[in-house]
Amino acid sequence: MGSSSSNMDHIPDAQHLMQETGFSAAHLVRLYERFDFLDKDDRGELRLDDFEAVSELAMNPIGDRIIRAFFSPGRETVDFPSFVRILAHFRPTDTNRTRNGRNGAQPEPANSRTNKLKFAFQLYDQDRDGKISREELLQVLRAMLEMQVTEEQLQSIAERAIQEADLDLDDTISFDEFKKSLEKVDIEHKMSIRFLE
Amino acid sequence: MFLLCLGISITVWFTLLFVFIIMPAVLGVSFGIRSFYMRTLLKIFEWATLRMELGAKEKNQELYKPYTNGIIAKEPPSSLQQEIQELRGSANSLRSEPEFEMADIFYFCRRGVESIVDDEVTKRFSAQELKSWNLLTRSNYNFRHISLRLTVLWGLGILIRYGVLLPLRVTLAVTGICLLLRGGVTVVLYVFRLRSYLSEKVHLMCYRICVRALTAIITYHNRENKPKNGGICVANHTTPIDVIILANDGCYSLVGQVHGGLMGMVQRAMVKSSSHIWFERSEVKDRHLVAKRLGDHVADKTKQPILVFPEGTCINNTSVMMFKKGSFEIGCTVYPVAIKYDPRFGDAFWNSSKFGMVSYLLRMMSSWAIVCSVWYLPPMNREVKEGEDAVQFANRVKAAIAAQGGLVDLIWDGGLKRAKVKDVFKEEQQKLYSKVLVGDSEDQMEDKRSEDGTPEGDESSKDPAEGQ
Repeated sequence: MGSSSSNMDHIPDAQHLMQETGFSAAHLVRLYERFDFLDKDDRGELRLDDFEAVSELAMNPIGDRIIRAFFSPGRETVDFPSFVRILAHFRPTDTNRTRNGRNGAQPEPANSRTNKLKFAFQLYDQDRDGKISREELLQVLRAMLEMQVTEEQLQSIAERAIQEADLDLDDTISFDEFKKSLEKVDIEHKMSIRFLE
Repeated sequence: MFLLCLGISITVWFTLLFVFIIMPAVLGVSFGIRSFYMRTLLKIFEWATLRMELGAKEKNQELYKPYTNGIIAKEPPSSLQQEIQELRGSANSLRSEPEFEMADIFYFCRRGVESIVDDEVTKRFSAQELKSWNLLTRSNYNFRHISLRLTVLWGLGILIRYGVLLPLRVTLAVTGICLLLRGGVTVVLYVFRLRSYLSEKVHLMCYRICVRALTAIITYHNRENKPKNGGICVANHTTPIDVIILANDGCYSLVGQVHGGLMGMVQRAMVKSSSHIWFERSEVKDRHLVAKRLGDHVADKTKQPILVFPEGTCINNTSVMMFKKGSFEIGCTVYPVAIKYDPRFGDAFWNSSKFGMVSYLLRMMSSWAIVCSVWYLPPMNREVKEGEDAVQFANRVKAAIAAQGGLVDLIWDGGLKRAKVKDVFKEEQQKLYSKVLVGDSEDQMEDKRSEDGTPEGDESSKDPAEGQ
């Protein structure tokens, strides 16, 4: 904690970020503090080991997938705007905003239901080909269960899951099928983090 | 002429020092100067914060206020099972056989991102944030809102702290340490019977001088519970100064590694006046040896209580972390002590990765004061009859200390400051999740086998291993 941090001036492109993500100025300042705190070597960007230092994340079975979601493909560091854009997915949905018609010019906000689903989809679909293959599903299951179940049990769980969700029977789950299988889930609530005022 | 003035002022200075600080320390009385100082400072800090808020309002901007409660609202911790049932409950209310659901990942995903934004552990290893400014640069977040008046005050503060208080304190500290070293020698010269009595007096005197060297304003609560001979005193650890704070009020035997250099000299000198337990580096690894020496010490009722800090490392005084079970296995009475520092006057936490010992001491001596409260808790014993093991006993003591000091009680290991989380925690999460899936599909198998077509009741009531 230094005396020079946490002023809006230090945040690059603050106004633009606020509009894009929907975070208020106070939230942005607080997130910048957190970013700065995680950035132990004061590099101005985060690396893999900065994320890995968070103990509670290390004990999360899909912790490394979540960390990887912050890094754009091919990049090895996360700068503050990227950090905030990912976190914007977890803002609670502003119900009035999404209902107010889609004039084609306005892009969907980061925390819309569809975008939250897209984020979760990417946790499964690591090669980003737009489909969750059987192998990718197995990998996630292995991460969440590892040594607690046998390989056969894993296979059968994966089999059941694909059968249920795969509507066009191509043995993979596309984003639309994913969306359909989750239509009744209260995503707005479960994939949201309430930021304090 | 100049030399004469210098000579006079130095004499005056030392006389004042002697009369107002050293003599009371030796005799154990107090003039009440320090509490007066504290109250005045508090008033000044409040005024300063008010000025900053006014300044910010004029410019129509927000004052940065550190959120001491965290950035996000953490829902009351419900178990993994509950959360996943809720997730699924919203999707499939008709289904009676829980299996893997694609939605399950949301639970882990949200928990993961929550911990990236605000986690319980990493923030314990850096100094806590203050609600109001205490005129120290090191804790200032609102540079732009400082008016001229405040800047003048701050400048004055710097002058006072570095020009007056710091040299004063350094003088005192040096005096105190010298006495500590000499005290050992002096005592040896006296008659053996009086030795322990005298060494106690000398010991207390030295620590009182050291306390004044730091301008530590300490309030002791419940002194009737003070640790007695043949016991172990455990306390939460924030800084090496904890030792001085506690030793100011009683004599303890310290435990630690043998150091070289100045520290080593101090250690050897201390041993002359009372028995401390210093371990060689190689001996530290040998747990049986450590336990034996500690055990022998407490068995001897003439020896002072041992002072131990079971956390093993310095934590920032907002929480209590896992206690190492070593001292709780010995089987003697444990006297818990809770130490809580008031960070408004100077944050006592030693961030060993950021500051070395010398720069830390300089920071301490150039703060306004170190204000703390010490609570002596009633002695505790391990309930062997009820099958309480050392770990459970340690947790019970930790909970008592946390409750008294108003600190958060964490299960995490302070060693996480430097090391990574063990895989065992991840496995626990995996185990819990697998119970939700596989535990229930085992019941499914049982259903199929019994095969009489009548519904057997709830899945959840079947499996006794399910649930906490």
